[in-house]
Formats: sequence, C-alpha cells, structure tokens
Amino acid sequence: MIGDIVRYLAMGGYAAFVWPAYGVALAVLGGLAWHCWRRYRASAVALEKLQREFGTRR
Amino acid sequence: MISRFANPARFMRLSATALPWCGWLTLAIVTLGLYLALVTAPPDYQQGESVRIMYIHVPAAWMALSVYLFIAVASGVALVWRHPLAEIAAGAAAPIGAAFTFVCLATGSLWGRPMWGAWWVWDARLTSVLVLFFLYLGYIALVNAFDEPSRGARAGSVLALVGVVNLPIIKFSVDWWNTLHQPASVMRLGGPRIDPSMLVPLLVMAVGFLLLFVTLLQLGMRAALNERKALALRLNSAPAPGRVASRERPVPAQSPIH
Repeated sequence: MIGDIVRYLAMGGYAAFVWPAYGVALAVLGGLAWHCWRRYRASAVALEKLQREFGTRR
Repeated sequence: MISRFANPARFMRLSATALPWCGWLTLAIVTLGLYLALVTAPPDYQQGESVRIMYIHVPAAWMALSVYLFIAVASGVALVWRHPLAEIAAGAAAPIGAAFTFVCLATGSLWGRPMWGAWWVWDARLTSVLVLFFLYLGYIALVNAFDEPSRGARAGSVLALVGVVNLPIIKFSVDWWNTLHQPASVMRLGGPRIDPSMLVPLLVMAVGFLLLFVTLLQLGMRAALNERKALALRLNSAPAPGRVASRERPVPAQSPIH
C-alpha cells in the first residue's frame, strides 16, 4: 500500500518535474482566484459603505 | 443584441446569478480533470509519466492565446462603439491571460528539461509565447498608467490590437520554422492525433480552465464596475471646487499694484 503510494509519487522518476508543474499552476491560478475574490469583496463593501453614507441605493 | 446584454446594470444582475454556478462548476470540472490527468490517464510510451505535465501545459497555452484574442476583440468593440463594458472586460481579462501564459511557460520549462535536456531554448514557439507574456504585462501597465480609467483603457486597446499579430506567429511557428517544440496534435486538419485516453483528460482540463476564466472574468468585471461606481459617487458628492476654494484658501492679500 505504502509502496504503491511512494511509486505513484515518484512519477516514474519524473517527480521533480511533474509535481512542481502542478504546484506552479495551483499557486498561480489559485493565488489569482484568491486575489480576484478579495478585490471583488473589498470593492462591494466599499461601494455599499459609500451608498449608505450618501443615502443612495443603486 | 450585444448592447442589450452588455448593459452594465444588466451584466451585474446576470452575473450575480451566474457567478456562484460558474464558481462551483469550475471547481467540479477542474477536480475531475485533475483526477483524470493524475490518476486514470496512462503514461506515454516515450515520455513516461512526465506526459502528465501536458494536461496543464496545453490547456494553459490554449487559454493564453484565447484570452488575448478575447482582449483584442473587446478592445476593438471598445474603440469602435465606445462601449464601457467592453473596455472593462478587456482590462479584467488581462491578468488572467498573463497568469495562464506564465503557467504555460513555467510548465513548459519543467517539461522541457527532462525531454529536451534544456529548461529553455530560444526557438520560435517559446520566444513568441514569451513575447505574448510581455504583451500582457505591457497592456496591464499601460491601462493602469493613467489617472482616468477610460484613457488608460483606450491606450491599452490600441496596444492589444497591434499585439494580435503575434497570435498567428505563435500558432504557426511550429510549421513555419524548425523548432524543438512539437507541431499541433489536437487542433489540426484531419482531426486530433492523440489517443482518447489522453485526449479526454486534456479536454476536461481545457473546459475547467475555460470555466475558471469565465468565473474570474466576472469577478474582475464586477470589481471594476463597483470601483468605477464608487469613484463616480465620491466625485459627485464632493463639494464644488469654488466652494472648497472659498472655504479653505486664505483670502489673498491686496495686490501691491493697486
């Protein structure tokens, strides 16, 4: 069982290339998704605050 | 019809409904794609397990080109019809396209090292994709270089349209020049030349990346529309310049001439 996992993780000797490739994709695209979500939330909160302040909806 | 759907208020309403669906669908399809790519897809008879890099490298490359084409079309619409949503769409798509291009370059480098014996070679395909990455960065820098968002967007639109000449160079570089990079094996005349056991995971990952683009594009456009609305609200509610001047500036001393 553990041997199977180790063999799978070794990726036929290409582990040093396959896993970093997936890691880079996850880090870059996941990081971008996180950044987009944060920016969107911040913009929505800021707009709502301004609208409340000036008493204008929509 | 385009202007009917491209109305900012209608876009906000439609995307408020579509965004959660797109987000969850992206997560589901990418998870399925990763399972197919990392578990069920067979190793290549020549490249062994390193071929698994293909399942992110190739969809990222397709997206890098497609997103640039999207930006160019949106830029054209923004320049010709002056549609505010088109320039917002182009601006929101650029960082996503740049990220896909970076992923394409980085994973290509990691695939090239064991297969070609080099992290990087200055051949036509690799160099033209690197130029695409710099075009994305230049576009993002130019759009954000102006205080007034619409002026930056207009300058960026011109750059995006000029840069579109790079797309056919990237696509056909493997046919026009002798390169280390292999020619097309999926998008070619005569159909794909790749076994279904590898083609299916590749296409599922491509759909996942496309959905990711659609989701992040909506998030970016909604954020930009909120920011523009907040800016307009602040400017409209600011006191008139004359009133500010009379209240804050000290009364000027009498001119020595009179």
